[in-house]
Amino acid sequence: MTRRVRLALFGVAACGLAALLLWSITGLPKFGDYHGAYGKILNKRAPQERQTSNVVAAVVFDYRGFDTMGEELILFAAVMGVAMLLREPREEEAPVPEDPVRSDALRAFGVSFAGATLVLGLWIVAHGYVTPGGGFQGGVVLAAAFLLVWLAGSYRAYRGLARAPFVELAEGSGAGGYVVIGLCALLIGDAFLHNLLPYGVAGKLSSGGSIPLLNWASGLEVTAAFVLLFNEFLSERAVLIDPTRRPS
Amino acid sequence: MVPLQATITILVALGALAVALTSDLVRLVIVSSAYTLLLVVLFVVLQAPDVALSMLVVGTIGYPLVLFVAIRRDRADD
Amino acid sequence: MSYLPFVLAAWIFLVGIFGIVRSRHFIHLVVCLSLTQSSTYVLLLSIGYVKHGGAPIFKDVPLGTKAVDPVVQALTLTDIVVSVTVAALLLALAIQAKKHAKTMNPDELRPVRG
Repeated sequence: MTRRVRLALFGVAACGLAALLLWSITGLPKFGDYHGAYGKILNKRAPQERQTSNVVAAVVFDYRGFDTMGEELILFAAVMGVAMLLREPREEEAPVPEDPVRSDALRAFGVSFAGATLVLGLWIVAHGYVTPGGGFQGGVVLAAAFLLVWLAGSYRAYRGLARAPFVELAEGSGAGGYVVIGLCALLIGDAFLHNLLPYGVAGKLSSGGSIPLLNWASGLEVTAAFVLLFNEFLSERAVLIDPTRRPS
Repeated sequence: MVPLQATITILVALGALAVALTSDLVRLVIVSSAYTLLLVVLFVVLQAPDVALSMLVVGTIGYPLVLFVAIRRDRADD
Repeated sequence: MSYLPFVLAAWIFLVGIFGIVRSRHFIHLVVCLSLTQSSTYVLLLSIGYVKHGGAPIFKDVPLGTKAVDPVVQALTLTDIVVSVTVAALLLALAIQAKKHAKTMNPDELRPVRG
């Protein structure tokens, strides 16, 4: 099939699909008029029932905690897939390239920025069930802090910080920890992922029962997954050795 | 509130078109990052700060980096 | 305004597929796939939106204040983070495909034998 024929075929199909989509939209409730019972009940009851001021976090880690476990395992499987596809068996012996940043200003700025990013990430994870944030968002910020070390320092410094076995262990324990917390509830005779701890007072860090535990487990999982992802994508020598630059 | 929602809706629509029509890869990374930033504003307008934060970290850190390295690898093989 | 956000979701979906169809490069294709995926976020969040409702976060806000649906937000927020790793997996596959077929253009790919 030539390109022209394919685009023409797509044009016809897209018109049909667009008509069907528009037709289906007219059957939806008007924008802003949706009255979903589930969400309404949660908004009314979750802050008292689970003592979390952020209802979204209560849904993610408690009411629909099982879905989140599925998402975590997808994340885990996808990163494992990337590692298996990109990791080469001879990589272990390959020399670690020297790739230093020569500008002092960039180095100073980057290193101080890495510290600030680390604190920001920890803050976002920690307050996930109080204010917007949580393990998923904070985890990406934490991984970015590691990445800044590579951008501001060198590949060697980054590799020293983000050793593959250590990161893999962290990723495994993040994903496994979530499941183990769920199984603990089974052990004491409750349903899977049922709350284990006292609920505390909403708005405090010690609130929400086992939500903080699951939150930190997913934070660890996401951080490690993204660091591992960067590791695998950055590891090939082709990326690091710039042909225009002379070795120092 | 309604004019704000309408404005950002139209901006996101234009952003999506720009992503689909950009063929130059490095430019594509920047255009798609700009598109995710527009989505962040839309999510904030739709009262979803959690989702906006998620999109913000992913659109500014996750996607651009993975895309840039993939492009670099693609060019290195040529 | 009453249907505009839903039309936006349909538009993003169609534009994303259009990008995939006209794509000449795997990396562009992966970005367009993510674009198509983002239409689901817009659809879910605009369905859950409640007129004059606030964010479903009851910190410094009295309980019982009108708020938007938290369930759809919980669905989207985890998916956004997971979608990056899935896109990375697709890019890794593209890099492998380049190693074997020496091309990143979907049109030039030929069926592989054994």
